[in-house]
Amino acid sequence: MTATITLPERAPALKAESTNLDFYYGSFKALTSVSMPLYEHNVTALIGPSGCGKSTYLRCFNRMHDLYPGNRYVGSIRLHPDGIDVLHDSVDPIEVRMRVSMVFQKPNPFPKSVFENVVYGLRVRGEKSRSFLQDKAEAALKGAALWDEVKDRLDEVAVNLSGGQQQRLCIARSLATDPEILLFDEPTSALDPIATGSIEELIGSIKDKVTILIVTHNMQQAARVSDFVAYMYLGELIEFGETRDIFMKPKRRETEDYITGRFG
Amino acid sequence: MNDKHISTQFDAELSDICTRVLEMGGIAEAQVAQSIYALIHFSGETATQVLAREEQVNQLEIVIDRDLSTIIARRQPTARDLRLLIAVSKTIANLERVGDEAARIARMVQRLLNAGVSSRMRLPVTDLQFASELAIRQLRKALDAFARLDVESALEVLKQDDQIDREFDGLLRKLITYMMEDPRTISPSIDLVFVAKAIERVGDHAKNLAEGVIYIVKGTDVRHNSLETVESMVR
Repeated sequence: MTATITLPERAPALKAESTNLDFYYGSFKALTSVSMPLYEHNVTALIGPSGCGKSTYLRCFNRMHDLYPGNRYVGSIRLHPDGIDVLHDSVDPIEVRMRVSMVFQKPNPFPKSVFENVVYGLRVRGEKSRSFLQDKAEAALKGAALWDEVKDRLDEVAVNLSGGQQQRLCIARSLATDPEILLFDEPTSALDPIATGSIEELIGSIKDKVTILIVTHNMQQAARVSDFVAYMYLGELIEFGETRDIFMKPKRRETEDYITGRFG
Repeated sequence: MNDKHISTQFDAELSDICTRVLEMGGIAEAQVAQSIYALIHFSGETATQVLAREEQVNQLEIVIDRDLSTIIARRQPTARDLRLLIAVSKTIANLERVGDEAARIARMVQRLLNAGVSSRMRLPVTDLQFASELAIRQLRKALDAFARLDVESALEVLKQDDQIDREFDGLLRKLITYMMEDPRTISPSIDLVFVAKAIERVGDHAKNLAEGVIYIVKGTDVRHNSLETVESMVR
């Protein structure tokens, strides 16, 4: 089945694109020939029922699947403007993860202080200058709309923060290394509506710095935060288009059935 | 095509609201027919009945509007469900106006009767009857298209709107002739111009309903386009 891809009339700059991407968990084929663009400074939401491959697809972008043996990528994901294929064997996954960062479903602060959490990626990179780290931490925490709440608690252990604060801390940790793409895997499903609102607000405010790919089960969230939507089913891309079109008049019946709750 | 939602309650709510719209449409249609009956037969009693029933149409608009808001708040509808609800919201506003037009005609009948106009006076009331039958047929067809979400029927309504407009122009010319021939008919003729205008408006509301049906099914907003453009947009 070919995906229905509707590109905008005036397309923004391309940040990345996957081309004929297949993915295998051992012998199980989880993705089949997924080709779609990721536009710079835009939010693209991946929607679809459980097991449709949206998280699998997301995790290809920073080679997360490398951590388990037997996983295999076929096809390519090119980052622009340099056109590097992140899936190519010659590319160091650590380098990829510096450029493509990830925020998970459950906030996962490290058992360290708030400050050390934020600068963790920079320390891994070998940064030692205290003042540089402090500047970066402040900028990242401000970017994640957390600075005002934690500026007097930077040395406290991060797990003392509330769930919503922890998730924003994880976003700050991701932002600290100046990634080009930020991957969100259901970033608010463990949060209450208020914390969810602040994360969604944050996604809107950081997209002029990074390109965002988000997996969400919450259709309204996809409608609220994204500029583009990709509907996936059984490991295939079914439809890709602008959010306003997908939620008012999707081209594919399958997409319409899913977003209107007729799926099943 | 999968027509059922996972939530059967949601299905029930949508189907309930559509039933109410059709009920409201049925009453509005009957109101127009009754008001024209009152005119043709110079029946003050029928005119009074029409005016008494107007409140029913108004109330239905309020009830449906309230249900609409509840569904939107609770279900956050998308795509064709959302288009349906937006179209319903506009449809009931149009139907309420149809009710208003019927009431306007009924009030004209009362005015004519009060002014001593009777069937003995030579006036082109049968022409008005013909125009009103056209308008009522249009309204019924539009409601039918809504009930069956039938784009073809909706297109038919758009195509036939011209006919009512032509009929209105013809009536106007005829009334002018009557007025020139017999100045005693000037006052009632002017009232009949308003009736003719009300009938023409009913046709316009039917057209709006039909455009709503196309919006629900095709997701295309065809308002303010020529018939040819509409047809190419829909096919």
